[in-house]
Amino acid sequence: MSAREEAETRRDARNTWLLSAPALVILTLAAAGPLLIMLVYSFLTPGDYGNVVWKFSTDAWVGTILSKDIFDGTYSLADAHLTIFWRSVKLSLITTLFTFIVGFPTAWFIATRTARTRTALLFLITIPFWTNLLIRTFAINQIIRNEGILNTFLIYLGVIDTPLVIIYSDFAVFLGMTYVYLPLMVLPLFAAIDRFDMKLLEAAYDLYATRLQVLRKVVFPIVRPGIVAGSILVFIPSLGAYVTPRILGGGRNMMIGNFIELQFGQGRNWPLGAALSVLLLLIVAAALVVYIRATSRETSNG
Amino acid sequence: MPKENAIETRSSRKVYGAGSEAVVALDDVSIAIRKGEFFTLLGPSGCGKTTLLRLIAGFETPTSGHILLNGQDITDVPPNRRPVNTVFQSYALFPHLSVRENVGFGLQMKGRPASEIGTKVERALSMVQLGAMADRKPAQLSGGQQQRVALARALAPSPEVLLLDEPLSALDLKLRKEMQSELKRLQHELGITFIFVTHDQEEALTMSDRIGVMSSGRLLQIGSPREIYNHPVNRFVADFIGETNFIPADVHDGTATIAGDIAMQVAPDSPQGRHTIAVRPEHVRILNDPAAAPMRATVTDTTYFGTDSHVRMLLQGGTEIVARYQSEAAGGDAPTTGTDVGVSFAPGSVQVLQD
Repeated sequence: MSAREEAETRRDARNTWLLSAPALVILTLAAAGPLLIMLVYSFLTPGDYGNVVWKFSTDAWVGTILSKDIFDGTYSLADAHLTIFWRSVKLSLITTLFTFIVGFPTAWFIATRTARTRTALLFLITIPFWTNLLIRTFAINQIIRNEGILNTFLIYLGVIDTPLVIIYSDFAVFLGMTYVYLPLMVLPLFAAIDRFDMKLLEAAYDLYATRLQVLRKVVFPIVRPGIVAGSILVFIPSLGAYVTPRILGGGRNMMIGNFIELQFGQGRNWPLGAALSVLLLLIVAAALVVYIRATSRETSNG
Repeated sequence: MPKENAIETRSSRKVYGAGSEAVVALDDVSIAIRKGEFFTLLGPSGCGKTTLLRLIAGFETPTSGHILLNGQDITDVPPNRRPVNTVFQSYALFPHLSVRENVGFGLQMKGRPASEIGTKVERALSMVQLGAMADRKPAQLSGGQQQRVALARALAPSPEVLLLDEPLSALDLKLRKEMQSELKRLQHELGITFIFVTHDQEEALTMSDRIGVMSSGRLLQIGSPREIYNHPVNRFVADFIGETNFIPADVHDGTATIAGDIAMQVAPDSPQGRHTIAVRPEHVRILNDPAAAPMRATVTDTTYFGTDSHVRMLLQGGTEIVARYQSEAAGGDAPTTGTDVGVSFAPGSVQVLQD
């Protein structure tokens, strides 16, 4: 290679990043921009009719977990807020766990079919995405509400006399989220199981492992990337869920998403809403770090 | 009597599918494999040898028949409770575990104490000369090394029987030869019964104490490599093991007649009537003087192979045969194309085939 050619190659390599500049600009504006606005707003003072007044204040951040007594000015833990945080985390964890329990056998089943059936089954998995989330959630509402399909059917059969009260409970929210986010668990699990060498099952079984040991010592560690990806894809949107708790949880069983929306709407406390949004992001980030650390330690121990 | 057999299959039959689409993978196979024996199942792909191995390992259950281990019926015992380990064709090493953990897996699953696992893993690794690789992951090893790990992993729990499913087929020729002698040495040292599956007849001949030749789900012949090579029971076995000349012949009372008038001695208990006789190329002698030989032939083609040459000839009566001509021993070069030569068969080398 001549000196001139080499110089050209170097210049090309230096300049190739310019090709990704449009993507970088969009990413910066679309991802970092709104976040930055939220961060700035969380340190401002709420306006009387929504919006913000440009005056520095840490009230919003204090208000995320503490509430000020309007009579004596003392601070105490904001129980209502903590309840909402706890409910969000709890429901998201249960949803993630349950989508895994249902999703793993489903993904395994699909991955072990013939190529043709597999394509058809994967297609079926994606069908729910064709319908708007709102409509699907209302459909669940129709099934589980007191006069809904499920209760009418059970009463008709004579199994129960009075309708089961499922709607507007934590359980209803969990049910709805599990239904909505299940495909997000199944697809990455499928991708991981699809790459799994089924011969390893026989190898482990041949080497005196029980069926449970085969699952724990061989299958789970090897498909771990799929489990991690699926859990993240389910846990994060669950934590910030808005539509599902709104329609199936009623007004009382709020999650963080609804609580944030309340601050920007009727609450007219944009800084608090902004602070809560940033807090949600921090919770998610912390949860991810803990989760990924925990799962990777598991493998290094064997 | 049954105590001497490590593995016995009794009328084992395996059918896949049902109804008109049923495929018989294994047809009524009864076989007795002795303790401490190096037994090879030999046959072309699809002959049922791997199915038989999987029945012995317990990955499949026979449609009918029984599998016995040391005289005890293990037909319904799952693989994880059979003291039988497998070396897989694709090795099937656990990619997430180190070499050490792979080799220790069986002992760990058996619930052995850590100290025992440690010693046995070290011993198994040094047996296959991989002590230095213990902390690597399988992906960091070459094909030959992975093969050794698979072998060490299957041997570490000290199984009664080791099953090897074409374990050498992925290795290159040089490495394969090395592993062949290494396997033979290990089997000798450990005294464990080896059941080896291969489609490579040379591998089978060099390694085995006994060979079982299979075709289309049936066991055609069991015997020592020498017996199988020198006295194949039928055309398939003769053709599959080494090269053979097939010549149509009339057999009567210990005499086979070919090309109308050339008679030769065969074993007195050979089947009577119209049959095929088999002669190995190395048993075909070429004489430069046609008059001094019982048969005459015209050379059609000569291929040079270094130590010997393969001489293709048209025998009188129109049958094509091949002779392996050893230049050194014969004291001259192989005859060239078009030469008329005399041919004789070495005494006792003519085998009458059943079909």
